[in-house]
Formats: sequence, C-alpha cells, structure tokens
Amino acid sequence: MQEEIFVSGRHIPNIDPYLQIWHWQISLYLFLGGLAAGVLFFAALFYLLKKEDEMPATVKYAPIIAPIALIVGLAALFFDLTHKLYVWQLYTTVRIESPMSWGAWVLLITTPISILWVFSYYRETYPRLEAKLQTFKRLKFLESFEKFLIKNRKVMAIALIPLSLVLGVYTGILLSAFNARPLWNNAILGPLFLTSGLSTGAAGILFFSKNHFERKLVSKIDLALIFIELALIVHMFMGMYAGSQVQLEAMHILLGGSYTVMFFVFVIILGLLVPFVLELTEIIGFKVPVIVPAMLVLIGGLIFRIVMVNAGQLTRYLY
Amino acid sequence: MKTSRRQFIKISSLGVGGVALASSAIGPVSSSSFLDELIEGNPSTNLKQTATYCEVCFWKCAAWAYTNEDGKIIKLKGNKTDTHCHGRLCPRGTGGVGMYNDEDRLKTPLIRTSVNGKQTFRKATWEEALDLIASKMKDVKSKYGAESFALLKHGSPGSHLEHLFKAYGSDTIAEPAYAQCRGPRETGFELTLGPWIGSPEPTDIRDTKCLVLIGSHIGENMHNSQVQEMSDAIDNGATIITVDPRLSTAASKSQHWLAIKPATDIALLLSWMHVIIEEKLYDEAYIKKYGYGFKELKEHVKDLTPEWAYGITTIKPEQIRETARLMAAAAPSVIVHPGRHVVWYGDDSQRERAIAMLNGLLGSWGKRGGFYFKEKVSLPKFPHPAYPKPKWGWEEIGKKYPYAEMGITSELIKSSIPGEDNEHPIKAWIIAGTNLINTVPQREMILKAMDAVEFIAVVDTMPMEITGYADVVLPECTYLERYDGIRNAPKRVPSLALRQPVAKPKYNSNPAWWISKQLGERLGLHDYFQYNDFEDVIKWQLEQVGTSLEEMKRLGVKKFERKTPLYMEDGEDFEFATNSGKIEFFSNELAANGFDPMPVYKQHPEPPQGFYRLIYGRSPMHTFSRTINNPNLNALKDTNKLWVNPKVARILGLKKDQTVWLENQDGIDSVFSIKVRVTERIRFDSVYMYHGFGQNNKKLTRAYGKGISDTHMISKVAVDPLMGGTGLRGNFVKILTEDPHKKSII
Amino acid sequence: MVIDTLKCVGCSDCVVACQTENNVPMGYCRDWVTESVSGTYPQVELELKSERCNHCDNAPCVRCCPTGASHIVEGGIVLVTHDECIGCGACIEACPYDARYQHPEGGYVDKCTFCHHRLVKGQDPACVEVCPTKCMYFGDLDDPTSEVSKLLKTRKHKVLAPEAGTSPNVYYLIK
Repeated sequence: MQEEIFVSGRHIPNIDPYLQIWHWQISLYLFLGGLAAGVLFFAALFYLLKKEDEMPATVKYAPIIAPIALIVGLAALFFDLTHKLYVWQLYTTVRIESPMSWGAWVLLITTPISILWVFSYYRETYPRLEAKLQTFKRLKFLESFEKFLIKNRKVMAIALIPLSLVLGVYTGILLSAFNARPLWNNAILGPLFLTSGLSTGAAGILFFSKNHFERKLVSKIDLALIFIELALIVHMFMGMYAGSQVQLEAMHILLGGSYTVMFFVFVIILGLLVPFVLELTEIIGFKVPVIVPAMLVLIGGLIFRIVMVNAGQLTRYLY
Repeated sequence: MKTSRRQFIKISSLGVGGVALASSAIGPVSSSSFLDELIEGNPSTNLKQTATYCEVCFWKCAAWAYTNEDGKIIKLKGNKTDTHCHGRLCPRGTGGVGMYNDEDRLKTPLIRTSVNGKQTFRKATWEEALDLIASKMKDVKSKYGAESFALLKHGSPGSHLEHLFKAYGSDTIAEPAYAQCRGPRETGFELTLGPWIGSPEPTDIRDTKCLVLIGSHIGENMHNSQVQEMSDAIDNGATIITVDPRLSTAASKSQHWLAIKPATDIALLLSWMHVIIEEKLYDEAYIKKYGYGFKELKEHVKDLTPEWAYGITTIKPEQIRETARLMAAAAPSVIVHPGRHVVWYGDDSQRERAIAMLNGLLGSWGKRGGFYFKEKVSLPKFPHPAYPKPKWGWEEIGKKYPYAEMGITSELIKSSIPGEDNEHPIKAWIIAGTNLINTVPQREMILKAMDAVEFIAVVDTMPMEITGYADVVLPECTYLERYDGIRNAPKRVPSLALRQPVAKPKYNSNPAWWISKQLGERLGLHDYFQYNDFEDVIKWQLEQVGTSLEEMKRLGVKKFERKTPLYMEDGEDFEFATNSGKIEFFSNELAANGFDPMPVYKQHPEPPQGFYRLIYGRSPMHTFSRTINNPNLNALKDTNKLWVNPKVARILGLKKDQTVWLENQDGIDSVFSIKVRVTERIRFDSVYMYHGFGQNNKKLTRAYGKGISDTHMISKVAVDPLMGGTGLRGNFVKILTEDPHKKSII
Repeated sequence: MVIDTLKCVGCSDCVVACQTENNVPMGYCRDWVTESVSGTYPQVELELKSERCNHCDNAPCVRCCPTGASHIVEGGIVLVTHDECIGCGACIEACPYDARYQHPEGGYVDKCTFCHHRLVKGQDPACVEVCPTKCMYFGDLDDPTSEVSKLLKTRKHKVLAPEAGTSPNVYYLIK
C-alpha cells in the first residue's frame, strides 16, 4: 500500500485540501470577456464586409453588450484581487510571457474602443434617449467627435478584429499555461474558449436581432460554432485520456466525479446539444422562439467556465 | 453521572481565565502589515538576546530568547556552545514562544466554591489562595502529621515545591516519570552495571558503530542531542538495529528492523546472548576480568536458541544470528539502548536487566561508542537547616517493592484511598507541573483518590484537565518568565546553564520558587528560604564555582573541566558499582529476595479475538499535555490518529480518516472519537496512537476533544514486582464504528 | 538546497523555525513535512522530507506574473515584491508544488524566500540552521567545491515532480 501524508499539519486556508483562490468572479469575467469578444468580433467583421445595413443588430445594436460586459467583468476581477490598492502595477509593465498581462493590456485598449464604437452609433440607435437627454446640445464638442469617429470606423473595426480574437482566446491560453492544474493544462483550451466566446457572442446578438435574414445568418454561424465547440471538447477529453496519471484523475472529475452532472447537464446538453437541435430545426423550417437557444447557449457558456475554474482548482500535481 | 464530592469543573463561565477574544489568527508577532512591508517581511534587526534554558521537555537545552523593543518574545534559538543542543533547538523548543503567547494560559489563582449547588471556580488573590493552602498544610500537619500531605510533581516547579515539602516535614513525594516511565531501567542497570542511567542518557551514539534500539523511538522522541547524534551515526555509516512491532522513524533508518511480536523482547534478548556466548563472540579476557556469574548465564541461555526465539517473537533465526553477530563485531562501540519509557508488561526491570547484561557481554560500558561516564559540576546547595525527619514517606509506602528508589506515584495515589489496611494514609495533595489524570493509568482509582483526599492544590501554567479537580489552582508563569535552579545536567562535559526571566510574567502568574517561598513563610519555615529573590540563590551558587551571574548572562552556558575519566581504559582495574564490583550476570541479591536472578521469558496475555493491543508513543512536535495547546505546535499536529494495519481495516471495513471510538477489555469507552490512519507501519495485532491528546478541559480551546487519550483507555496495569512500575501496554481495545455514548442514552 | 531524507525524522522544526523567523501568520506555513510509506508489513519503507518553494529555474510563477512582482534575483532565488503584487492569484494557480499563499492581512502573495534577509548577511536559512538532524544543506550549486555540489555528485538524489518541467532547485538525497 502506498501512503502519502502531511506530517506537519498543513492546512493553509484556500490552498488545502484544494485551491480556492479563484471564485465565481473569475468565472463570470471569463464568460463576460468571451461574450464581449464574440460580439465585437462579429460587429467588426460584418462592418468590414460592408453588411452593416443587412445586419444592423450585429453591427449597431448588439455591441452595447461589449462595454457593459467588459466593465462588469473588470469590476469582478478587481474585487477578486486581494491586494487591490496596487492594481495599477499591472500597467507599469508588459510581460510577454504572462497571458494575464496580455489580458490586462488588451482590456485596457478594447474597452475604450468598444465604448467609442457604441457611441459612434448612439444617435442612430437611441434617438429617443438622445431626444430626452440632449447631450449633443449640451456638450458641443460631441458633434465633431462623432464625425471623427464615424470617419474612422474602419480603423476601429480593423483594430477590433485582432483585439477581440485575442480577448477571446487569451482566457483559454491563460488557463492552459498553468501546467500545475492538470485539468487546464492542454492546448485545446485556448481555441475552445475562443469558440465558446464567439458562440455566446452570436447568442447575444440574436437577442437584439429583429431582422429575419440576420437571425438566420447568425443562427447558422452559431450552429457551426457549437459544432466546432463540441468537437473541441471531445478533443480535450481524448487528450486528457492519453495523458499522465494526474490528467486522468483530472478528467475523472468531469467524467464520473463531482462536476460530472453539472458539466453534462448544463454545459453539454442544455448549453450545446439542445441549442444545436433547436437551431437546426429552425433552419429546417419549424418556428422556434430564437430566445430559447440563445439563452441556453449563454447559460451554458457561463456554467462551462464555472465548472472549468472550480474543477481545475480541485486538481493538483502533488498531495 | 455519579455524584462526587469533587466535581470536575468543566464550565468556562464566570470569565474565569478570560479567554481573550482577540483573533487567534494573528500570530505571535505584530499584526501591522505596513510595518512588515517596511522591514521587508522580517524584523530581525534590534532584537535583544537573553539566555535561558528550555523547559518544554526534560532535555533542558540552553537557548537564546530574542525580544523586540516592546519586550515581546519573537523567537528562540539554541545556544551554540551547549552540548545538549549544539545551537539547534527541537521543534518544541523553537515553538516555546507559543507557550508564552498562549491566551488560554491560567491567568489568576482560582478557588473552588459552590454557586447554586454547582461547584465552580472563583477568581482569588494570591494572598487568599496561598493563605488557604498554608492553612490546609498546617491543618494536615496537626491532625495527621506532615507526612500525610503528598507532592506529585514533575520538572522545575516540582523541585522548588520539593524543597518546601521537605522543610515542612513531608517526604511523601513522587513523580509519575519514575514508576510510570523510566523507573525499571534504573533498577535493571543498577543491579547489573552499577549506576542509574538518568537523564540525559549517557549513550555515546556519536561514535558508535552499532546502535540497537529495543522499542526506543529516537527521532519521534525528539531528545535533542540524542537525535543529533543518531544523525551523526548515520553519516558515519553506523549500523542501526531496531526492535519494534511498529515501523518507527528510527526503524525506517535501520539496516535491520526486527518487527517483533509485542511482549516478547526478553526472549529475543536472551537468544542474542545465546548466540554471542555459543559462537564465542565475546571478549573472553574482558568477561573473565569484569564478569560475575557468567557460567550461570551460559547455562541459563544454553537452550534459548534463535529457533526457540523465532517461535515466540516471529523474528527469523537467521536475522537473530545476523544481528547478534553485527553487534558483537562492533563491540565495544555498540549500544543496546536502555530506552526511556519502559513500563510495558510488568517484567520490565528484568527486561532492562537483560539489556544491561547484553551491554555487559558486549563490553560497551564505559567505552567510546558505547556508554560514557557522565559528570556533573559539583554545585553546592544554597544553605538551609537540615530537613526534619518524617515518620514515613514514599519509601515506606512503596516498601512492597524492594528496588523502588523514588516514590511510586500509583502507590501514593492508592494510599490516598482510605481503607483498613492503609498504613500510610495520605490526606491532601499538591500537584505541580504534571497533568496527573492523563499520565497515570487507572482513572477510576485516581478519581476515587481525589474524591477521598481533603484538599488538592494544582500548580500549572495551563488549564490542564487536572485543574478541574483542584480546590485551589495556582497559575505559574512559563519558563520564559522566571528564574529556576541552575541546570547542572551530567554529560560528557560538565556544564552549567542559566535560566533567567526573558519577559515579565504575563497576567497574574508567578514562579514556583516564589510560591514555595510564600508558603514557606506562612508555615514559619523562613529559615529554609533565606533570600528575597531566587536570583540571590543563583548568584551565590555561581560564585561558589568560580563564575558569576554576569558571566552566565553573557554566556548562557559555561563548561567546566572534567575531573574523572570519560571512558574506561582497556584492562583497567575498574570496579563496577554493583555488590560484587563486577558486571552481575547472575544476581545473588535478586535470588535472595525471591526474584529471578537472571531474566526469564514469561508469556504475557495476548489480545482476545476482536481486540487489538493498544501501544502509544511520542510525536516529535509535542511534549504530551504540556504543548498540546501551544498555538505554534498545535498547528503542526492538533490531534492523534489511530494507526490501523490495512488487513485489519479491511476486516473491519475501516476507511482512511474514518471516525471511530475505542472500548477496552474492561468495557471503558473513550470519551472522544479518533480518526483512523490506515498504514502498513503498524502490526496487525496492535493499534498505535500518539500520547497526550484527548484533552478533556474546554478551556484548552485548541486541544479540547481532539483525539483520544490512551491513558484513559489503560485500566489494567501489570505491576513490576521489583520497583512497582506500572506496565501500561497490556491493554486491549476494540474499535467501534458507532458512538458508544449514544447507545447508553437509550 | 539539498535535503537528506535518510536523516530527516519529520520533527517539523523547520516549519516552526520558519514561522517564528518570518512572521508567518498562524495557520499558514511556508514549508511543510511529508511522509511517504510504501510496501507491506513488515517490508515497509518510509521517507520523510521537508518541502517548500523549490525556487525553480524555469519558474511558472515568475512567467505568469502580470506585474513582475514575482521575480528571480541573483542566486536563482524567486522572490515576491509585495508592493508590486496585486493579489491576482495566478502564481498560486501556476505552482505545481502549491508553495504559495495569499497573506491574510497583507493581501499580497507570500512564500519561502530561502530567508533572503539572512542570506545577505551570510547566514543560512532559518530551517537549515535549526534542523536538529542537520539533514538540510544550503549553498551555491554553481560552485563545484560547495557542500551541496559535492553531495549531489556523490549521492543519489531526486527532485519533486520533475515532470512538471520547472527545474526545481531543492534536491532530495535518497537511498
């Protein structure tokens, strides 16, 4: 029999018997970051494809999600820090080896751009609100500012494509770079999080869409993304199955352990398979309230990140 | 619960002790993180060093205590010149700051009183408490004689009170450390080789070529320089042979681990002697010169072959032969270690005598790598009048045991129970420095005795379980806050170590020397305490040996020249301190007193079906009750676990960390529960646990209710007929998976 | 650092000494002792050793730190600058040895520093200095005449979780 124990009573709070360093705030941010990335990517993409009129929700209305998501997400992250007063240190240096540093800088650049993007469409999308607030009357410089932004939309869009992709993928790379957490330590996680982010972004757009053509296109895109996501999840399991002892144990948490039910019910079935089927039936011809699969995809995305963050912290190399 | 005159006071109300509500998450140092940042996480600047010696166990390592500007004790480090520790304190010594900082400490004198029919403690002034004790002492003296007041003690506080008691006229003094711990080995060695082993043991482990441990778990008993020397021995490539039913830490570092069946050690020892004698592996000239009764021994072990021993001990004959040959090849640089806690099965003096005889055969006594001759400084005692001669004392109480050389605590406790055949009735106790109820077995008997005596006073630093039975509780300050006697422990190099206060006594506590003096004054014994402060005593003593208090404060430890040789010369006309002046392989004295002149293997009771032998031992981070609540050390280990062999676990369906209870052969159930540790380290017929846990006083906030007290489970003792030691390893327990206390409610 | 598992008795003195030397908050520890038992009674083997941050050459915690608070100083020692740490916890997630913790009052991340404040004074780390069995050795691995280098040349040794690829600098001497 093999026995491994601590002799000296190690019970470090939040470290033993398993890590509890990252809580729901991190999962929430990962979800919101992915959502914002997806929304911004599609907005920029369809703008550059000159489809802004056929896809008004994608380009003009839905992007309001991005700044809200990013600001809420950043707030969640900030409150998860334990040494908050020093948060400004993040912006004194760029550390190429640290995905978290990339994230900090990307967020710093993307959030203002997303706000500017939304603002550039503000008068077009919220005429009644503007009529009430009269901000353009009160702040004269806004007129010229808006003109400036509208002229430079293409620049913003070109910038947003790589930024949103980095935003979507870096959360996955962040986790996969931690080889000390066997559940996270596989390269698939980056693309998986990106796909999931784009998928939730598409789902978010569906909420805002009133245009039938747009809905159909975005649904089709979402369908494809869900399919890719399922394939990547299968890949992830295959990779872990062929990995070392610690990875097998990590896989066990999702396939027969404490997070199995949550993962399969909320993430796989309700978050991926059901929306897939629903959107497929919609495309075939049956009418399905589009809200339903969209909601399910969003919930599935959030739960997926909650499961990954918590289950990942259950796994460790030693002890 | 049966009514008793002396109820155990469990409540912690009345603000007794005033458990500090300050968060115990803040460690023993300043909680200012801002300051921490400034000093880059470690304020090792500007710390004052004060010399002292440790009291966390009896090894008494000299140390330096570091205090900051506020007078707070920050850390303890060993004194590099001290031979007890060589500058390295053990974990308990390093954790001594916790003893000082423990907010559960006794803070004020307490007196038992009755509130609404319920017995409880009330806070009292020192005046009140001391007056009460003194009046009781006067009472007992006039009514029954001073002899009827007993002192049950341990350690430094004990020595101060011993002086008081002797001046008062009582020699009814005992320490559990004798008959419940090391007593038999003193008897065994004395009868064979001459002197006591004493503390610290004079084993030359540093230079040995072969170390044989009979159950001794060096490494888990953190006896500082002994563990250091074992480490040196490992570096030097010495052979270590361990005889233990459990894979102790020492056994894991041994070349030979003899996984013996419990209670059969004498058979092994005799068989080893057989091999050494029959294969002529001994030094003939040595035995001829220094041995007495060798012919009788040879005859005695003639048929005790390894094959015979194999049937009894389950150790293979080849291994018995091999290890005997290894020992003999290393002789005389071989040590068959006498052990320390040796009260196991009732024939322990004889087993220790066998160990001594084996050492005698191997010629290790007084030889380098064997046993050296220890020497102390000849330090005069502070002058006082001669002690009065009491009519009877510990000797008379233990006279049934002819070889008892100190008070037998269990006998003193028995003498406290009134009865027709009680010739030496004890009427009152002072308990100092020992958590008696968790040290001495047969709890029922102790409870009965405590009920019967008229008065009990307890002197302690912590609210140990025993304080719950006292009439008066006196809070002593810790060793870091007081003066105590100069350490004059015998070792290779005689040395003196100073203990002085490092910090002022916390709360309303006082040192034991002051308590003794105060009581002495009240009893009219001023002549025995002719000083104002114990510092005067130390100053005087140091001047007598050519040093001074200032020098000792500066050095901490002062070494002196030896006056006697460290080892025996080859062929020297050495006289052993025995009756015959030689190594007594055959003891006429024992024969004359009706005992076995040479050790004989006797079978001991084995666990019945479904029961397992309860064995216990030390954990290196604790000194039993003394450190159990210490915040630093409790963080290392706060509970004991029940070691169970995987085969047994499978039969009983036990899983790792499962909660179980114990019931012993007399139906006594454990008060608390314990978690199971399934491990291959323990034999399948025994279960093992660390001693000192299962504390039953709620005021010990960290230690209360954690684990099981093995002492509580020991109700059957096998008494050693030679010196009265109580053999404690003959108790068998059943493992219960359901709470036995719940059943009794139905 | 080189630790001889053949001499370690698991007394945990290193743990207490570190706590008193470095003001480690109660309930936390920068180093700890583990026990490994293998075999079947009575052929049982036992290994005791003291573990801590391994000050890895290829430290994942230094790599992932977004502010650079976690850095390597001369001598290969991994330290955390408290004032640059934001408490994001990435380094804790990154360490395969779970050697780091968030300081309960300071908020920053803390761990074994090899008693850097003592090293600069020419002293040994507190744990090495206190160990009663003298089973811990500290020195310059780049110096071939140092005791640690000599021990690694003459004795069999191992490191913890080599498969994590971090190149740890705490070596354990084994049988």
